[in-house]
Amino acid sequence: MSEHRYELVVGLEVHVQLLTQTKLFCGCRNQFGAPPNTLTCPVCLGLPGTLPVMNQQAFQLALKAAVALNCEIAPVTKWDRKNYFYPDLPKGYQISQYDLPFSRNGYLEISDPRGRFGPKRVGIIRVHLEEDAGKSLHDETAGQADSRIDLNRAGTPLLEIVTRPDIRSPEEAKAFLTELKLLLTYLEVSDCNMQEGSLRVDANVNLHIHTPEGTVATPIVEVKNMNSFRAVERALAYEAQRQYHQWLSTGHRLGQVPKQTRGWDDQAQITRPQRQKEESSDYRYFPDPDLVPVTVSPEQIEQVRQSLGELPATIRERIQKQYGITPYDADVIVSQGRAVVEYFEKVAQVSGNGKQAANWVQRDVLRTLKERQWTMEQFPLSAEQLGQFVARIAQGRLASSRAREVFDHMLRTQQDVDTAIEALGIQTVDEDTLQELCRRLVEANPKVVQQVRQGKTKALGALVGQAKRENPNVDPRRVQEICRQLIEQAEA
Amino acid sequence: MAPIWKASAWELSQQLAQGTLSSEEITREFLQRIEQYNDSLGAFIHVNPQALEQARQVDQRRRRGEELPPWAGVPIALKDNLCTSDQPTTCASRMLQDYISPFDATVVKRLRSQGLVVLGKTNLDEFAMGSSNETSFFGPARNPWAEDRSPGGSSGGSAVAVASGLAPWSLGSDTGGSIRLPAAFCGVLGLKPTYGRVSRWGLVAFASSLDQIGPLARSALDAALLLELIAGPDERDSTCVNQPVPRYCQVIQQPLPKLRIGWVPEQLEALEPEVQQAVQQALKVLRQQLGAELREVRLPHARFAVATYYIIAPSEASSNLARYDGIHFGYRANEQEVLAALRQEAQRLAQAGDHQAVQELDSPLVRLYRATRSQGFGTEVKRRIMLGTYALSAGYYDQYYLKALKVRRLIRQDYLDAFEQVDLIAGPVASSAAFALGEKTQDPLSMYLVDLFTVGANLAGIPALSLPCGFTGEGLPLGLQLQGPLFSEALLLQVAHHFQLHTDYHIRWPQLTEGNQRTHDRNGCQQ
Repeated sequence: MSEHRYELVVGLEVHVQLLTQTKLFCGCRNQFGAPPNTLTCPVCLGLPGTLPVMNQQAFQLALKAAVALNCEIAPVTKWDRKNYFYPDLPKGYQISQYDLPFSRNGYLEISDPRGRFGPKRVGIIRVHLEEDAGKSLHDETAGQADSRIDLNRAGTPLLEIVTRPDIRSPEEAKAFLTELKLLLTYLEVSDCNMQEGSLRVDANVNLHIHTPEGTVATPIVEVKNMNSFRAVERALAYEAQRQYHQWLSTGHRLGQVPKQTRGWDDQAQITRPQRQKEESSDYRYFPDPDLVPVTVSPEQIEQVRQSLGELPATIRERIQKQYGITPYDADVIVSQGRAVVEYFEKVAQVSGNGKQAANWVQRDVLRTLKERQWTMEQFPLSAEQLGQFVARIAQGRLASSRAREVFDHMLRTQQDVDTAIEALGIQTVDEDTLQELCRRLVEANPKVVQQVRQGKTKALGALVGQAKRENPNVDPRRVQEICRQLIEQAEA
Repeated sequence: MAPIWKASAWELSQQLAQGTLSSEEITREFLQRIEQYNDSLGAFIHVNPQALEQARQVDQRRRRGEELPPWAGVPIALKDNLCTSDQPTTCASRMLQDYISPFDATVVKRLRSQGLVVLGKTNLDEFAMGSSNETSFFGPARNPWAEDRSPGGSSGGSAVAVASGLAPWSLGSDTGGSIRLPAAFCGVLGLKPTYGRVSRWGLVAFASSLDQIGPLARSALDAALLLELIAGPDERDSTCVNQPVPRYCQVIQQPLPKLRIGWVPEQLEALEPEVQQAVQQALKVLRQQLGAELREVRLPHARFAVATYYIIAPSEASSNLARYDGIHFGYRANEQEVLAALRQEAQRLAQAGDHQAVQELDSPLVRLYRATRSQGFGTEVKRRIMLGTYALSAGYYDQYYLKALKVRRLIRQDYLDAFEQVDLIAGPVASSAAFALGEKTQDPLSMYLVDLFTVGANLAGIPALSLPCGFTGEGLPLGLQLQGPLFSEALLLQVAHHFQLHTDYHIRWPQLTEGNQRTHDRNGCQQ
């Protein structure tokens, strides 16, 4: 069996729930986790005689997202009905946007701070707004084929983002989703919580296989039911393998078989064929006569653009330059959200040392937040306090060997760095004292000196240990340095 | 003094305000007449058991000195596709036979807040789909001028109620002529307002881009008053236009300006002779008595109006009626029977060894949908759902629906062009007087053609009214249609008012047959 080179080709369809107060076409609250069917009204129940009225806030959030995704905004957009029968769709149609979505032709830039793939643009075909359906809960336990329906979600606003098939690897797919989530959470458009279903991803996947006879495209498969970014990565990797072997055994090419839908089984780590909800996918779209077209003026778009604030990609680039930190550091900090970025910037400014500030924020501060499940706002040390702390280290007034101790103390007591240093009895040891101490130690430990001379530099550790016992404030690195110099001088 | 039931709503309002009549007296009289005649006329599907009590409450409030409008206490009849929270809203369909809406339609809410008393809900074609009132699950309403004839549809019950003195006025809805045709057939005035003039919140949708609620009354003054009470913007209906409501009652009583009134020669040619004569006579009244200048106008695309309408209306209907699936409310087929039938079918196929077919059998859910909708909807509703589903289907959409939208724009443009030359257009409502019940039920196409002169206004969104303009030799009433530019209701009603000052067609009464003499045909209703 010959091995072929092939390329994975992926387009994503992402559904994102908007963080509005109320649903898209009625006044019901838009909220996750309420008791079933408590957030409903005649409109979202689809009762006879009801009419939808568009939620301005939802449209505003949708505009924000589309502008941030570099999309063209349509001057006029309309609503269409997508007709299909399903028990969690009370009207028998979903209000969506068909041929005139409010935005199209955008892109999102992705890059890998670890450099596995170069920076690239993933094209966005369209972004449109629609209402969500309710939830069907199928209880098939004990032979019961009971279905229960919760319409709390019915009518909540949903943004559909469709990418071009620009994604070439599972890693790129994950990077795109991570960047998208970051962008939308920065904009406070969505919380993008996959567990709560506020971000859902389907992927259209196929392969371009390079054969001696030319490039062959395999049939496109829609992969659903991926419940985490990790699952997306794995499902795509699995699907690439599967499609390659499928092609080897059947030779099926794009267009030769109907489009298949497969679901990711996270337990088994495989995709399985799925039965379609509707056998035919003729949704009989037509303009919803209950709603009026929405017009968007260039002024409105400009206002939205102004309101976006600085976006993640720009922040990453700026803080790298401004504070001299690595792309990796910038990425870690920005990916934590606006509050952490602001905190970091203040620390960097107060301390005057971006590199150290980045180290402390992304290691110790973030670790603490994670351990204690705090938000940045809940962190007990102000950026000013941490900035002073980093400054002391940068100035050499706090040995890095004892910095962690001081940090922990500050965290406990919320004391300023200088108070903490004093409380812990930390003093800087002046150079003369240090030299004197080292001379005594070298003289008192001829064995160690002997070992060092034989090239066993590790033996110096014993001297450092003794020094620390005599004076806990000494900087161990300095002790090691001075001792080595003394030994080398004596030799010469 | 003339009996209460012959008084106009305007006159009743005056009497109520002066205290010479109570709402209880008025309401009781109408309820008695409903009791007496509804069995033979089939005007009401449901009579409000609370009506008398509600009338007494208005009287009490007035006696206590509460500041009430004069018309507080005047009773009214509502077409049974307007949602009411205290009575069923059936749309004359088995599907909603027992359905009670949790809310009042905006128009109902407005009328209630003005103290009007709802007598009950009137008969209609099922989901307002029909031109004869014969598709009602509860059987047809009957024309009070000849009970073997159709009252017209779909707002047949609302027209019959007013024409027979079972209600002083009523509300109907008009999608393709559903107010104007029954008004013409029953000899009352019916107005379809400009699309967006009246809120559709609580009107059970048939074709959302065409539906509009409007008044039926005997006099233009009553229609003007009723329109004044129901019109105006509503935050619950985005298609309802944010435009102030004129004081129609005052405006229409002012002297008529010099008017240019258009008429369409092709329309007159298409009429039965008696209808033609009546319309020509009416044009003469407009010219001679009302001083209007008559001008010929053209509506070149009018001949496509019925075809266009019967693509657009069913398309929207097919989607609007998708919600009646038996899952959340309304009629549901017997689940056990559906399941049993499915199992039997599966067994039969399995025994025949057709395992492929077993695999491809519908899910129980699909079967439940199908059974529910097959049993819950009548033939005409199903026909229109199928027409609309077809017209919207992939491959046919461009050919039918999209093309119809384009023609609709041309039809609208025809009217815009015509209203450059004339202030309004006068003409027929239908080519004949009321036809016999059963005459057209076997031929849907001939039934659809009844809407020939009325659908144009719905497609163009313009206001149009029908007012009594004569009688046939057999004594059947005939209607004159007036169509005007967007938001010209005041002018249409003003012309109608002045027309009525010179004619008496609107104050003639039919000879009614008492109930029980005819057993009301319940047309498949299993009650």
